[in-house]
Amino acid sequence: MHIQQLSVFLEDRSGRLTELTRILADNDVNITALSVAETADYGIVRMVVGRPQLAKEALEKAGFSIGLTDVVCVNMPDKPGSLYRILEILTDEGINIDYMYAFSNNDVALAVIRAADIRRVTEVLEENRLKLLSQSDIYQL
Amino acid sequence: MIWNPEIECAEREQMHELQSNRLTGMVKRMYDNVPFYRNKFDEIGLEPGDIKTVDQLKDLPFTNKNDLRDNYPFGLFTVPQTDVVRIHASSGTTGKPTVVGYTHADLDIWAEVVARSLTMAGVHKGDTIQIAYGYGPFTGGLGLHYGAEKIGATVIPISTGNTKKQLQFMTDFRATVIACTPSYAAHLGECIANNGISADDVKLRIGVFGAEPWTNELRCQIEKLLKVKAFDIYGLSEIIGPGVSMECGCQCGNHVFEDHFIPEIIDPETLEVLPDGELGELVFTTVSKVAMPLLRYRTRDLTRLHREKCECGRTLVRMDKCLGRTDDMLIIRGVNVFPSQVESVLMDMSETTPHYQLIVRRENNLDTLEILVEIDQKNWSDSIRELEGIRRRIENNIKSMLGIGAKIRLVEPNTIERSEGKAKRVIDNRKC
Repeated sequence: MHIQQLSVFLEDRSGRLTELTRILADNDVNITALSVAETADYGIVRMVVGRPQLAKEALEKAGFSIGLTDVVCVNMPDKPGSLYRILEILTDEGINIDYMYAFSNNDVALAVIRAADIRRVTEVLEENRLKLLSQSDIYQL
Repeated sequence: MIWNPEIECAEREQMHELQSNRLTGMVKRMYDNVPFYRNKFDEIGLEPGDIKTVDQLKDLPFTNKNDLRDNYPFGLFTVPQTDVVRIHASSGTTGKPTVVGYTHADLDIWAEVVARSLTMAGVHKGDTIQIAYGYGPFTGGLGLHYGAEKIGATVIPISTGNTKKQLQFMTDFRATVIACTPSYAAHLGECIANNGISADDVKLRIGVFGAEPWTNELRCQIEKLLKVKAFDIYGLSEIIGPGVSMECGCQCGNHVFEDHFIPEIIDPETLEVLPDGELGELVFTTVSKVAMPLLRYRTRDLTRLHREKCECGRTLVRMDKCLGRTDDMLIIRGVNVFPSQVESVLMDMSETTPHYQLIVRRENNLDTLEILVEIDQKNWSDSIRELEGIRRRIENNIKSMLGIGAKIRLVEPNTIERSEGKAKRVIDNRKC
């Protein structure tokens, strides 16, 4: 099972990320995970949020460039070797990861993974009985 | 349809005779009434009676934009002001405005050439034409207006700006023809798409666009957005305004209404006349205009002329789409750069938008060119590898087009100023 990630193109301009988070706050959208990838001139913010469709509409209305990308969010034990096990499975299946970001706390570790064939990633990880977060685990009701 | 087949399809000898007769009369009127021209003729020892045919045009003196400014405002008029019924003036962003006067006869010529132009694009009585060129001292609005009325079309004289009202009139009044600058046409097209206006509510079938250089790629985009066939109308206020030349359905250059405006192509350095087909500066002589005829006026536009008969049946000489005005031309590290070249590269690539801006700077005595390019709001990859790939491809294509390198910066949509009139494509920070 995959989830939808919100991607935002941001020019390298002071206050732009603040503006982005203000709009999410005004619309009562919770951010579960966030990463920023940057080049010299621009950055891409990738976020897993509680109400992706609402967030997309609100941000587009404010002039942001938004993309919705399918990603997988894996839940694993917070102990050595957890991530290795997942990546080994993907490598054995010949799957290349485009990008990922991860965080762990309180015995739980979460990794957001993006690859070209996201359905294949989902199948492979589910076959190996890994716990994937579903939309309802994250989305605000 | 052809508005005036007798002229537009005339044999070359017949046109040659007409031009010769008109040139002879014009030279005499200038000599008798305009000190500026009398002095020029006296300097080279030329009497008006010496001029017998249009073949002698190449021996006559040129007129520059500066000559218009030096004789500001009415110094080049051949008639007393009582005979002048209209005055137009250019925006004059650099220096004094250039002023043009018209007699009744001049306005008739203007309406005639615009009627020919609109007919050439397929506009006829029964069409509703929305004129979104500026009305005022700028020649675009009023120029199109009287030609459109002459052919009996229904005119919506909405002028520029107020995009919301433009869209409302366009749909409610069922406009079939739109006339404006190409950059504003693209803007209107995007607004139609973004405001969720149904394609069924837009009845446009023809677009008449001009007043700024534009590329074939932008033409394709406008045709897709507005669902029109897009035609180029060319003109400049000094010569008459829009309607100096016009594209026909064959779209193989603009037919010049040479019974009124005789074109020549010269080498801008040597000032020698160049043969047909060679690229050079476009020069016009307005043989029939009364209030302010101009002799060999240097337009600063770069183009070529072709004299083979067109498939549409017209024999009028054709000029290529202008490569740009020498005024718009940037010289960067000694290389001539036209904004239209950048536009053409971007329009050729499916992943980019035609919204761009050139920024020229001088760093350590070296010119640098940076080009801002907006990403497509709906359709972009969130992978940096792909975005950087696009950026590098733009960089490579620009380099092979211009011959010099440029730094490409991808920016957010709608951050580059949109034009309601002419597009602001260049910021040259080298000028103080």
